[in-house]
Amino acid sequence: MPHRYLPHTPDDLRRMLAAVHASDIDALFEAIPEDLRRRAHLDLPDGMGEHALKAHLQDLASAVRVPEPEGMFLGGGAYNHFQPGVVDFVISRSEFYTSYTPYQPEVSQGTLQAIFEYQTLICQLTGMEVSNASLYDGASGLAEALLLARRVKKRPKMLLARSIHPDYRAVARTYLSGSDAEIVEVPFTKAGTIDRAALEKALDTGVAAVAVQSPNVFGCVEDLRAIGEMAHQAGALLVAACTEPISYGVLRDPGTLGADVALGDGQSLGLPPSYGGPWFGFFATRQAFVRQLPGRLVGQSHDANGRRGYVLTLATREQHIRREKATSNICTNQSLCALAGAAFLATLGKTGFAELARQNLAKAEYAKRVIRDEAGLAFPFSAPTFNEFVVEVKDDPERVLGRLREEGLLGGIPLGPWYPELERAILVCVTEMNPKSAIDRLARGLKA
Amino acid sequence: MNVKPGATQPLEPLLFEKGSPGRVGWSLPPADVPDVDPDAIFGKGAARGPVEGLPELSEVDVVRHYTRLSRLNYGVDVGMYPLGSCTMKYNPKLNEWAARIPAFARSHPLQPPEISQGLLALMHALERILCEVSGMARVTLQPAAGAQGELAGMLIVRAHHKAHGNPRHKVLVPDTAHGTNPASCALCDYEVVTIKSGPTGLLEPAAVAAHMDEDVAALMLTNPNTCGLFETHIREIADIVHAKGGLVYYDGANLNALMGVAKPGHMGVDVMHFNLHKTFSTPHGGGGPGSGPVGVVEPLARYLPTPIVNLRDGQYVLDDVPESIGKMKSFHGHVGMHIRAYAYALALGGKGLAQSSRYAVLNANYVLERLRGAYHVPYAGRVMHECIVTDKRQNDHGVKTLDIAKRLMDYGYHPPTVYFPLVVPGALMIEPTESESLETLDAFVDAMLAIAREAEEDPELVTGAPHTTPVARLDEVEAARKPILRWTPA
Repeated sequence: MPHRYLPHTPDDLRRMLAAVHASDIDALFEAIPEDLRRRAHLDLPDGMGEHALKAHLQDLASAVRVPEPEGMFLGGGAYNHFQPGVVDFVISRSEFYTSYTPYQPEVSQGTLQAIFEYQTLICQLTGMEVSNASLYDGASGLAEALLLARRVKKRPKMLLARSIHPDYRAVARTYLSGSDAEIVEVPFTKAGTIDRAALEKALDTGVAAVAVQSPNVFGCVEDLRAIGEMAHQAGALLVAACTEPISYGVLRDPGTLGADVALGDGQSLGLPPSYGGPWFGFFATRQAFVRQLPGRLVGQSHDANGRRGYVLTLATREQHIRREKATSNICTNQSLCALAGAAFLATLGKTGFAELARQNLAKAEYAKRVIRDEAGLAFPFSAPTFNEFVVEVKDDPERVLGRLREEGLLGGIPLGPWYPELERAILVCVTEMNPKSAIDRLARGLKA
Repeated sequence: MNVKPGATQPLEPLLFEKGSPGRVGWSLPPADVPDVDPDAIFGKGAARGPVEGLPELSEVDVVRHYTRLSRLNYGVDVGMYPLGSCTMKYNPKLNEWAARIPAFARSHPLQPPEISQGLLALMHALERILCEVSGMARVTLQPAAGAQGELAGMLIVRAHHKAHGNPRHKVLVPDTAHGTNPASCALCDYEVVTIKSGPTGLLEPAAVAAHMDEDVAALMLTNPNTCGLFETHIREIADIVHAKGGLVYYDGANLNALMGVAKPGHMGVDVMHFNLHKTFSTPHGGGGPGSGPVGVVEPLARYLPTPIVNLRDGQYVLDDVPESIGKMKSFHGHVGMHIRAYAYALALGGKGLAQSSRYAVLNANYVLERLRGAYHVPYAGRVMHECIVTDKRQNDHGVKTLDIAKRLMDYGYHPPTVYFPLVVPGALMIEPTESESLETLDAFVDAMLAIAREAEEDPELVTGAPHTTPVARLDEVEAARKPILRWTPA
């Protein structure tokens, strides 16, 4: 019996084999040495019908015991936000999700215009002049930003704040491990932000970029303007990563504050955490560096009749043209995820996005107040935060979090594995998804 | 997708050209905590008001905007999409449902493994399936796409040589390779040595031997290669590379020809990447997200990206890899795509995967056989899952590959890959995939044959194509000369 995904009937097969002058399908594989073919049997079960497969997947899902969104207080690079129904509607249009790279613009105007709009939206959020069509994620975006700085400045040293998310730093180290670039980490202070005295000392004429994250992995807001002035004085670029792009709705944009590259994960903009992805990395820079940008770009043009349209452009930076001299090895962007981000921003709009950011801030401030005043716990860092913050607990964090789990709360991320000196610290994230009642329960649980 | 001739109005205004101040498309959960003053928290100058320029639209406005845009797109669900080397097969609908199961979608990457067992079990099982299909010992699911998989793989190559005292300096890459191969090598600071393929479109052992020495870290190759041909001498070539201590990297872009037919692990391959968005049916999404797992032979497993899923004492755990090249990506990779690929593999099973590859190859040979009379075919003999024809005959009438591609749109098809591989002038690279039925293949070939006739009888009809798409040919030169990369207020 034919498989539901495969349209070939026995009669089709007979006719096709006759047309290609083959006695059977095996005859088509004669170019492959016999000993390879003999050993190629797949020791896998037979295919499953749709109903059985659905039941099996549901079984697996039932072995994932994630609490309701109300009780989720995990951030640390993936955030708990509401996804408006419009977003999933848009990315479920199969004209979008079953298409590929818009190499043929006449039949790809939907994707191309949506990405052109996405590039505009990212420029608006970040205050930068030019955005690419997206990268894999924020972490590889940081690596690409450092590689851009390496090309622009022709200097080997990269200063990375230790308050940048450890996965971002790890990916940057991996990407740069094959090059002559040298990564130097700059410590953080009791404010929870980069140690500017240490930065001052590390800044010399060999530095291509100073990279910070704001809000950083502790949720703390960095003083981008001051750090940018220091970097620029030394002739280096300021790379401003961001853990949580919703913060752009209430915090001054990195472009205005002097960033040369702004980047981060776009997951908060309408994408579910999905245990780590897929999301998208946004990446924006100054016009002056446009020819050094990694990744795809969509530009406006017009057709033979003068009608406005969009095309992939400045492809001479890219691997399919430049091969080993390309600005990056990236081929795809995260098109569908970027589309989700654009649909999210279009749906929330100017007022909705500002209100969402404001509500996240208010919820987190409320949580800090009850954790301090009612649970009597202390915060190790003094810098202002957006929607996540670090709290010091009095018991072993794993034990505290385990007790909270029994009450249906994922109360935070223990920081000890990332920062051994913060062995009593928990990173707590509060968003519009957490009602006051759940925040109050969290505060009580953290204390116990 | 109708066009009024001469119409110059935009097909759909930009988001920023629509809407009205004060209009909203979403309602916030009610505020149940006191409001705060951002200026007081961050200090004046650090806080910001509403983002200037963001759209102000109702939910209806947004839905119509994107629905209209979607109708300007061509996708696999619209029709045959024979884009060579991209494997535009059908994307099963159950897989879209599966990735959206709330327990999966809501899972946070840092939630404890003990509450994530279903996901870890799925990732572990997918790794075993990829190992079985490829003959590799271990597979990391972390890389985000094929190109990132290549980078991970080449960093593993580098780590291996470094552990043996010398990272080496060169990588051999055939001239038929995808552009990502040399670009990934460059990121690892390897010098690319291009190897010319022979007159039959195949890599010749002598050509590899001539360039192989103890400074060559690896040979990167795609098999079947981008000419749609199986590299028959693969074992001998691998032996030549191994004899000098080099490794063989396999670009899995064309693995769709080989499931249950031949395993890279038996060909002498040491490192490879998979493209789940090609071989394992995860949707291409208009250019991503993809997923590019990397497989290695046992001695290289110690260098895989960290962490990796293991089963220990009946529990799935995330283990660090001590000699790892590091992390390629935050967290665990594109788990949403892993779920889809897993569902696909289970739906087909071992027999179904093998059948898919066999039908993909049959479909490509059938199309090639029917096109032979009308189009020039650069390589003799049978092909694997894709075939190449060229515009050589049509050139006599002033018709080029690009024209043929554009004219195919008028017949309702997405064009094949054009002008690739670079070694074949005017290439049209056609990959039908196993998803297409005999009737669809016949209709596509009939369109190609009709275009060949038009090229002779009415070439301007072809060179002026497309005639029925939402826009006519776009000026790509102008777009690159004076780039407009974002909307700005008039």
